[in-house]
Amino acid sequence: MSLEDRKASKHKKKKQRLVFRAIILSVLLGAIVYALVDNLQKDKSIYKVGDEAPDFELLQVNDNNEMEKVRLSELRGKGVMLNFWATYCDPCEAEMPYMQSLYPEYKEKGVEIVAVSLDGAELRINRFIEKYGLTFPIPHDKKDTVRELYKVGPIPSTFFINPEGVIVDKVEGALTLESLEGHLEEITPQ
Amino acid sequence: MKHIKCECGHVNPEGTVLCEACGKPIEGNQHIDGNDRKKLLNMRYEGSARRSQTYNKSIIDKIWSFFSSVKVGVWLIVIALVASAIGTIYPQKMYIPADAISRDPSIFYEETYGLTGKIFYQLGFHVLYSSWWYMLLIALIGVSLVICSLDRFVPLYKALKRQKAKRHPSFLERQRLFSQTDHVTDGEKEQVIQALKKQKYKVRHEEGHILAEKGRFSRWGPYVNHIGLIIILLAALLRTSSFMYIDEYVWVREGEQTVIDGTDSQFYIENKEFILETYDENDERFAEAIKKQGAIPSNFQTNVIIYKAKEQEVPGQELELEVYDEAEIYMNHPYKFEGYTLYQAGYQLNEFTTMTFAVTDINNNEQIDQFMIDLTNPQETYELNDGFRVMISEYYPEYYMSDNGPDSRTDNTKNPAFVFAVSTPDSEGAEVSFVGDYMNTPTNFDATGENDYRVELIDAEMHNVSGLTVRRDYTLPLFGLGAAIFMIGVMQGMYWQHRRIWVNVKGDGVLLAGHTNKNWFGLKKDIEKVISDTSINQVIDQQELD
Repeated sequence: MSLEDRKASKHKKKKQRLVFRAIILSVLLGAIVYALVDNLQKDKSIYKVGDEAPDFELLQVNDNNEMEKVRLSELRGKGVMLNFWATYCDPCEAEMPYMQSLYPEYKEKGVEIVAVSLDGAELRINRFIEKYGLTFPIPHDKKDTVRELYKVGPIPSTFFINPEGVIVDKVEGALTLESLEGHLEEITPQ
Repeated sequence: MKHIKCECGHVNPEGTVLCEACGKPIEGNQHIDGNDRKKLLNMRYEGSARRSQTYNKSIIDKIWSFFSSVKVGVWLIVIALVASAIGTIYPQKMYIPADAISRDPSIFYEETYGLTGKIFYQLGFHVLYSSWWYMLLIALIGVSLVICSLDRFVPLYKALKRQKAKRHPSFLERQRLFSQTDHVTDGEKEQVIQALKKQKYKVRHEEGHILAEKGRFSRWGPYVNHIGLIIILLAALLRTSSFMYIDEYVWVREGEQTVIDGTDSQFYIENKEFILETYDENDERFAEAIKKQGAIPSNFQTNVIIYKAKEQEVPGQELELEVYDEAEIYMNHPYKFEGYTLYQAGYQLNEFTTMTFAVTDINNNEQIDQFMIDLTNPQETYELNDGFRVMISEYYPEYYMSDNGPDSRTDNTKNPAFVFAVSTPDSEGAEVSFVGDYMNTPTNFDATGENDYRVELIDAEMHNVSGLTVRRDYTLPLFGLGAAIFMIGVMQGMYWQHRRIWVNVKGDGVLLAGHTNKNWFGLKKDIEKVISDTSINQVIDQQELD
């Protein structure tokens, strides 16, 4: 082997080594980033902001509303605020009057509020509706099917779905009047 | 530095400490393994060129050499250990007891543990095991493991592959077991070779020089072991994906049918019966213990029916279910189906199923009628005899007095209370009474004090609620594989030894040297057997005790 050959082979080896190390390091870095991002995501639900909201159909129990059943896909073209609540949940109770106060105005603008109740007894829902004079549709999720579908953890939990059926926002915990209005504005059809 | 050509003719990569072929110490590199300060050679990696110790030019090389340091790896492990230990001083956030002063961590730690609690909280130790820096630390240990292994395995493998039978005298002299003999006959050498073969050594014979080797396989033990660890780390990583690992909890009361969480709404469960059995207090084996601490459960069991949802257009309430299976779930007897496992995990006793009330005329104590309320689905009104009617104005499944008046804590029927409005055929209005709170202070409250009729509880049925853990874990086989490989690596390194014996010609005589990575006594015994009946001198243990 001449000196030139040797130099060339050394150079080649050096390059190979660098490429090898760079590949190993980037694979490891990728695994770390995946692990960290995945673990630190608080939102463990399958459906996240940007996903299409999965369809469901439930019987509606609010007599003040003309709908018999609520089927999400039939509300396409309207913005939908999908709220999960229960009568015994105090923060849910706190945000209900806000939802009711904005409902008539935003219904005109093409936004529907769908408040899925996770209660057991329908009687309690009825009493609650009477107490707050609610007029938006309240589907009753008796078998927890839709709660499981949306992987709802603590309530209240609210999904804001745009007229194209895509989740644009997800809020865990109670909403204030101002923040609620902001979110509703966001999903109002143009 | 350049490639180094040894006097034996072998070209070594730069950074080599001992020539790969003949073992001659390479001038200028002895400090790397600390050979410059000792008589004996450091043989841990055969004096091979660990690249990380030599190249340090680009940023990639710098990161690489940082992680390839065992010192760094050990420190990462120490830091992780110390942090993990600190995290156990006070309960983690999820284990703050339900009866704590406050379940808000910003209050709980300071109130309960004082200043140290406050520091614990402020430094984020209350959510340590899911904090980004803790996970990063574990991940860095993984990185260190991979790079340390690669950086040592490759050069070691090459060095062992390239070694020659002929070694440089200075290499042999600086082995721990060494002897020199001035006159050895060819017959004696042949005798040595036969003796080595008899002891199952692999003998290489080059130009009269002998290298006998046994158990090189043992040197790969640590690397096999690390592969096992890396597989375990990967399995832990995969647990974060919901396809590989599901861990859910489902509460189901007797008679109720509900979805099984985590099954994509495919499976539903009905609780037929929850059974709690206790040890017999009349059995003398248990009597004393039971006297001391009350009833001791001997069995928690849920008898269930599993349903499978038929294909449906949209999830919702009008689903068709077909019975999939029936099962009894109890301790150490989980129910397994379609990759899921259901474990008996918790229970709630004595929730109310139905309550039967009687309406009585206070004036003459005559019972008008009775009615039964199904607490899971109470009616608005109950029509009674003679035109009497009871309306439920308010229903509290788990009654308590909140700051804003009567309220229900949950919708579990643990302590029901009602506001009834009783309307009689002869009067216009209705009599209001509050009835319930039987678990605390049984109340039958008459708001006006002028009621003519009383609503009284006369009967109730109870049910239990069962808590089941739903789990699907496809990562377990991977954990098993990792652990098995880990153990194979441990055994490989522990129970086998890499022994080498060199017999090199020097003049009329030979230089004899031996090396092993453990059990020097055994190697010495081997050598003793090999040279018995020859004039070759037994090796001397040159171990330096420092």
